[in-house]
Amino acid sequence: MSIVEGASATLIAGPEPEPTTVVLARKPLSRGRLIWNRLAHTPRFWIGAVAMALIVIWAVFGPLLYPVDAFSRDPLNMGMGPTQLHWFGTNNIGQDIYAQTLIGLQKSLVIGLIAGPLGTLIAAVVGSVAGYVGGLVDGVLVWLINLLLVLPSFILLVILSPLFEDLSWVFLTVFLAGFSWMIMAQVVRSQTRSLRNRDFVKAARFMGVPMPTILARHIIPNVASLLIIDATLGVVAMIMAETSLSYFGFGIRAPDVSLGTLLSEGTAAAVTRPWLFVFPAGVLIATLFAVSLIGDALRDAVDPTSGVNRD
Amino acid sequence: MTDLVTDLSAAGRAPRRSPLLRVRNLSVTFPQRSGPPVNAVRGISYDVHEGEFLGIVGESGSGKSVSSLALMGLLPSSAQISGSIDFDGHKLLDMNDRQLSGLRGRDISMIFQDPLSALTPVYTVGDQIAEALLLHDAALTKQAARSRAVELLKVVGIPAPERRAKAFPHEFSGGMRQRAMIAMSIANDPKLIVADEPTTALDVTIQAQILEVLEKAKELTGAAVVLITHDLGVVAGHADRIAVMYAGKLVENGSTADVFSEPHMPYSIGLLRSVPNMQTAGTQRLVPLEGRPPSLTALPPGCPFAARCPIAVDVCREVEPLLASHGTFVSGMTVPVAVVGEEDTTSAHLSACHRSTEIASGALTRADIFPRPEPLDVQHPARPEDRTPVLTVTNLKRHFPLTNGGLFSRRIGTVRAVDGVSFSIQPGQTLGLVGESGCGKSTTILEILEMTAPQAGQILIDGTDIARASRAERLRLRKDVQIVFQDPMAAIDPRLPIGEVIGEPLTVHGVGRADRRARVQELLDLVGLDPQMADRYPHEFSGGQRQRIGIARALATNPRLVVLDEPVSALDVSIQAGVINLLEDLKEQLGLSYLFVAHDLAIVRQIADTVAVMYLGRIVEYGPVAEVFAHPRHPYTQALISAAPIPDPEIERSRTRVLLEGDLPSPTEEITGCNFRTRCPLYRLLDPAAQSLCATIDPPLVAHDGVDAACHHVDRNQIIDSALAFTP
Ligand SMILES: Nc1ncnc2c1ncn2[C@@H]1O[C@H](COP(=O)(O)OP(=O)(O)OP(=O)(O)O)[C@@H](O)[C@H]1O
Ligand code: SF4
Ligand code: SF4
Ligand SMILES: [Mg+2]
Repeated sequence: MSIVEGASATLIAGPEPEPTTVVLARKPLSRGRLIWNRLAHTPRFWIGAVAMALIVIWAVFGPLLYPVDAFSRDPLNMGMGPTQLHWFGTNNIGQDIYAQTLIGLQKSLVIGLIAGPLGTLIAAVVGSVAGYVGGLVDGVLVWLINLLLVLPSFILLVILSPLFEDLSWVFLTVFLAGFSWMIMAQVVRSQTRSLRNRDFVKAARFMGVPMPTILARHIIPNVASLLIIDATLGVVAMIMAETSLSYFGFGIRAPDVSLGTLLSEGTAAAVTRPWLFVFPAGVLIATLFAVSLIGDALRDAVDPTSGVNRD
Repeated sequence: MTDLVTDLSAAGRAPRRSPLLRVRNLSVTFPQRSGPPVNAVRGISYDVHEGEFLGIVGESGSGKSVSSLALMGLLPSSAQISGSIDFDGHKLLDMNDRQLSGLRGRDISMIFQDPLSALTPVYTVGDQIAEALLLHDAALTKQAARSRAVELLKVVGIPAPERRAKAFPHEFSGGMRQRAMIAMSIANDPKLIVADEPTTALDVTIQAQILEVLEKAKELTGAAVVLITHDLGVVAGHADRIAVMYAGKLVENGSTADVFSEPHMPYSIGLLRSVPNMQTAGTQRLVPLEGRPPSLTALPPGCPFAARCPIAVDVCREVEPLLASHGTFVSGMTVPVAVVGEEDTTSAHLSACHRSTEIASGALTRADIFPRPEPLDVQHPARPEDRTPVLTVTNLKRHFPLTNGGLFSRRIGTVRAVDGVSFSIQPGQTLGLVGESGCGKSTTILEILEMTAPQAGQILIDGTDIARASRAERLRLRKDVQIVFQDPMAAIDPRLPIGEVIGEPLTVHGVGRADRRARVQELLDLVGLDPQMADRYPHEFSGGQRQRIGIARALATNPRLVVLDEPVSALDVSIQAGVINLLEDLKEQLGLSYLFVAHDLAIVRQIADTVAVMYLGRIVEYGPVAEVFAHPRHPYTQALISAAPIPDPEIERSRTRVLLEGDLPSPTEEITGCNFRTRCPLYRLLDPAAQSLCATIDPPLVAHDGVDAACHHVDRNQIIDSALAFTP
């Protein structure tokens, strides 16, 4: 307990504590360690992390431990409620909901875990290049950002959806990432513009350090905490986007399953055969909640002036 | 004890009425949410009499600001304050906030370092001063308050006060804002003015003006002044008494003459010794005060200065010395102890040191406490003209278009940041570039370091024109030219261990990891840091140490020229000397050349061989340091030199000053003829015929006995001095 309090107190005193006020006898903490210490003492983080770990393990190993295949039909148990044989029940053609939920969860997780960080990566590259290089390059990139921001991505996807009917889910992932990076890119760009004029970046430029190295060594690490938060919360946003698209039939399509397709199939029967809807929905909510907890705890750890840590 | 006190006041001036301000045992502690509290002020006592000028000096973090904020009742509510503050019959610490705000602005007023934060941006300056008047005098009409505000602005020397009263704070320059703050602070005839570093953010020429205005304000109102500063030169010329603070304590308190000529406490002695003095600069090495102040959270027992004190004895590490008188009084009897209690401290010379008595009696000579400064080789080597200069800048120009920030921005003018600058630096030489902020110093060095083709003019590094250099050549040139920045906190990436920071320039030139590591160790050793510290992070180092890291990084590639952009101005005076000495040694050892940009003339005189004085994008005087400082040719140089404070009360009080009027004109302004005409002290004294020459023809830089100066009337510049002699 004392460690975390010490850590936050030092940070509040300023990111670069005055030597007169803070003279640490032991080896002082780097910023990364500070954040980690603070995270480690946030219950929210642990709840989120443990839940997320369990969900991932479940999604990976669950199907191996379950004897029923997701797509085989059980003609004897069509439209059944949960039983010993079919834990989450079956749909009206006799497919096992538990097995399908796991497969759907896998797909949704993979899409979220790829698209979230991918969007952040695009944001980091575009934002830092635009902010650092400036001039014409900046103008073009800002124009692109603004264009993508005003384009209604959902409608675009709906219009384009017949085109990539037969393309795999990979395309959907890339598409989702491609429409999710603009706001963060603007943040990174403005941070970069101010970092660019900081003396340590100037010093690197005057030494002749090439631009990509300056971005990687001096600019990106200084916005890294923002990027990590963005990537984490991006996972939530991407899973939500994927499920809602699939729900409306524009994302993942049969025979592929994701949590979204399961939900859309289940809604109609939500009242009469609730297990078709309740179980996939519960899994989705649990996943989103776990990732959100992690993201939220991360944000507080990185920026102690936000949320509960506000003094 | 009581008869000691009578002796004490009898020895000084005649007994006085009780002091205006009496601070006794004032302590301020900031509890921390975890860990030990910060003892920012630890029991200080002093008096200020009516009309007295007290200077409080000390390094950053010594508690100067906290102790004066306590006077004003402006500390955050978390602060724990104890002791007593009597002001004019009021017990300030017992008053509530409403009572205090009745006093604030009326009887006590405060001037801050940053006047912008003290002025409200949405009201005009005139309205704010009128507001201050109305707040404490209900009988005043609005009209009367407004005209009084204009009057006050006139008093503090703001030109066209009627018009300026209607301006908003952001339309004022830094110097004008500080004048407006002074106008506001004297609006209600205060009894006490507390000024916290009022000139730290300003240029020397403006600083001189502001101090003059402060002095005038004091005379007009008869108020006592407490001036807080880290600059001994600033107090030398103005203060009656000086109090020296160290680690939250007053360690010496005495009349200005006593403290400067016979300091009783080793810290004061060291501090005085470490300051470069413009009169002696360049003739002897500076004596640094090694080490840094202790942490205020975990103070060791005993004297807080013990770790840095060259004459510390065992008792120093056990018992903290009290502020007491150690002087010799009536009939030469040494009075060792007269601890400050209820009595008046005004005439005494007090110090907090176990060995003050020895120092005061002369048993321990001041010169021996710190090592004696070694004389420098005064003979600056003559310019070896035959070698290729490391850097040659010819007629460099950099103009920025000024557009009105509309949708279709239109060019409405040009900022001539650098407007035809030429100089060269010979191998092994140091060029000092001086001038007020905004004169184009930084733009000049950025142009050199960016290594792109300049707008106009030519930059040669080692004889290679950077405009024509190929990529590979440019990279090689970058190896030869390195920079050390002003702010050591900003110049180092806080996320990298310092070993990587220092080794970074080597990565560019493809030096392997192992070689880099070895070189870093070597460099750390070279700049006086422990090579073991390569894995530590920047925040573990003090300001002075970080500046050494910055210097080590600049030296990594074995450069030929190092550009030093105000390398010590962000450091405490006691640390500056160490860095300056290091730079001098490195230059000697490695045969470096420096381009040294600074506004502190004493430091330039100390380190430079040649000096170039810049004004509004031009060089107005250029020549050997000793000659320029001894016989400045250009009226601007004269003014700069005379504005620089000298930490010696005798010189400071006897010398005449060439005060510049007004601020640096905006660089967009088109001035015909000589661009210094608007502020030139010589111009005003000339006959109309000579004036018209200044007004029509732009003076070129012409050699006058080995010094180049850009003034038509160099031969007549003595009339400034004679004019000053008439108007004391
Ligand atoms: N609100 C606060 N909470 C905690 N510590 C504080 C607070 N205000 C000041 N301090 C600490 O009190 C000490 C004295 O600070 P102070 O501002 O008086 O120094 P100073 O002599 O004015 O320095 P400078 O020359 O930098 O202005 C410092 O160690 C500072 O960090
Ligand atoms: S008390 Fe001791 S350590 Fe402190 S200043 Fe005096 S001699 Fe030095
Ligand atoms: S040329 Fe005239 S205005 Fe310019 S500095 Fe000389 S005397 Fe002053
Ligand atoms: Mg201060």
